[in-house]
Amino acid sequence: MREPCVSAKSNRLQKITTMEKNEQPIRKTFQNSILAWIDERLPIISIMQREYINYPTPRNVNYFWSFGAIATVMLLVMITTGLVLAMQYTSHTAMAFSSVQRIMRDVNYGWLLRTIHMNGASMFFLAVYIHIYRGMYYGSYKKPRELIWILGVMILLLMMATAFTGYVLPWGQMSYWAATVITNLFSAVPLIGEHIVSFLWGGFSVDNPTLNRFFVLHFLLPFVILGVVLLHVAALHVTGSNNPDGVDVKSKRDTLPFHPYITSKDSLAMLVFAIIYAAIVFYAPNFLNHPDNAIPANPLSTPEHIVPEWYFLPFYAVLRAIPNKLLGVLGLFGGVAILFFLPFLDRSKVRSCRYRPIYRWFLWAFVIDVVFLGWLGGRPAEEPYILWARLGTLYYFGFFLLLVPLVSLFERPSPLPASISEPVLKTADRPRVS
Amino acid sequence: MNETSSSRGNTHIGGRERREFLGLLVGATGAVGAVAFTWPIVDSLNPAKDVLSLASIDVNISELQEGQSITVKWRGKPVFIRYRTQLEIKKAEDANWQKFRDPQSDTERVKKAKYIVVIGICTHLGCVPLGQKNITQRGEYGGWFCPCHGSYYDESGRVRKGPAPLNLTVPPYEFLDERTMRIG
Repeated sequence: MREPCVSAKSNRLQKITTMEKNEQPIRKTFQNSILAWIDERLPIISIMQREYINYPTPRNVNYFWSFGAIATVMLLVMITTGLVLAMQYTSHTAMAFSSVQRIMRDVNYGWLLRTIHMNGASMFFLAVYIHIYRGMYYGSYKKPRELIWILGVMILLLMMATAFTGYVLPWGQMSYWAATVITNLFSAVPLIGEHIVSFLWGGFSVDNPTLNRFFVLHFLLPFVILGVVLLHVAALHVTGSNNPDGVDVKSKRDTLPFHPYITSKDSLAMLVFAIIYAAIVFYAPNFLNHPDNAIPANPLSTPEHIVPEWYFLPFYAVLRAIPNKLLGVLGLFGGVAILFFLPFLDRSKVRSCRYRPIYRWFLWAFVIDVVFLGWLGGRPAEEPYILWARLGTLYYFGFFLLLVPLVSLFERPSPLPASISEPVLKTADRPRVS
Repeated sequence: MNETSSSRGNTHIGGRERREFLGLLVGATGAVGAVAFTWPIVDSLNPAKDVLSLASIDVNISELQEGQSITVKWRGKPVFIRYRTQLEIKKAEDANWQKFRDPQSDTERVKKAKYIVVIGICTHLGCVPLGQKNITQRGEYGGWFCPCHGSYYDESGRVRKGPAPLNLTVPPYEFLDERTMRIG
């Protein structure tokens, strides 16, 4: 049945009133009719607008806050280059090494894609380690952001597994012996250790079945990482970003819209990061490589001095510092796993180290300790390095298990600013504060 | 922020607002960067140097006897080389080719009358026609017969019957000397 003539305007008004009656949310529609059509059915455009354009970000965030975005871009760079590299790679013990040589010599821009991918792993870890340290220094792991932190540690573990399986693929000497040593870590498990290792290998040594499954896992895990990154970011957008003062956002004055303020800031940070990355790719593509990996894998001879990639060195030093197989392996894994418990070990209500006069120095000492352990991890397993590594390991675990909980109980934090904007506005436009 | 935009943002360069100019500059640089990153990724999917290096092959034809055929692999495809008999050459040359579906004279299709060289892939849907090894499978026109959908080719590789639209393709080739032929 046709209704009597009603103008289009009042018709629309009627519709809106009906929607309000049914208590359906009235979504922001777009001028562009195609965008509006899509958005009414799947509000992906308004979600993107809310989370990446309007998203209120604390106005005092510094450049350390750019490393999350940098890490995300690195993940995408690794997935893109990895995808085309996988199309040229052969995961067979007889052909893997030469297929990588073919990528370097014959495939169009193969040399570029591989150096971007290979050094990209290091740049990804660099960005993520800075990102983690930023979270530790400014207390981003504390309530209400514990789950963001835990998801982040899961990403770190997945990245380690991905980096390790990827390192095995070129099937050089370091690849082969890294695979052997790392899989043998599981032989430390009491009773069933040997069975676990043989299960991981799919045989009695690292061989073709191992290489094949590592290739499959190396392809799969980055997409798992991407999934956890989405959860990590989704959880972040529930609580909102932390900031260098570590105090909660109290009013609109404390924030700026994500675009253009944070997007332009992140872009500049990414640009500087990309320049360093490009400098390594073009001027020192093998700087972080070990020459032994230019020798094809030989199961009958171990290189004299085997070391993991730099991003594993601190944990490797912990492994070698402990003179007991099982405890050494537990130390290695525990060094990463202990990060999961940081939000619960730290009882201090104050987030930012700017207002934690004592803890700040222990945290800096922790950074120096990690770098020191990293350096030791690359040294040969002999004195005095072993003793130093033991002291470093002691501080590493002592920091998390003793210093973090104790300092948080006894420390007297400095007075916090009333709000994020207060210290800025005090000097700038005073009259408006009233 | 407002102060910045009002005092500095309106500075004009060549009649265009400074902010607009910067935006264009950044956008253009970003576009160049995006293309520079995308092109190596796309180009890596093109044939690699080791593939291109096999783009031409040399074939020894000194052992080939009159009436014999050989099949060689060139760029992953079969190439038929047939040393035709005098009768076959005569039939191919005398055929009323102007009436064929894909009209071509025999002399257009060969460099030396005794050798016919064609890519052994049916122009219909890409099957390999029969008749190289077993001469009873050559079909009623004495060349090749494609069993997939019933296309008949003559001694010159021209389609005479069946669904194929074109003659068998003649690859680029040359005779280096009496014994050697280079395909590609």
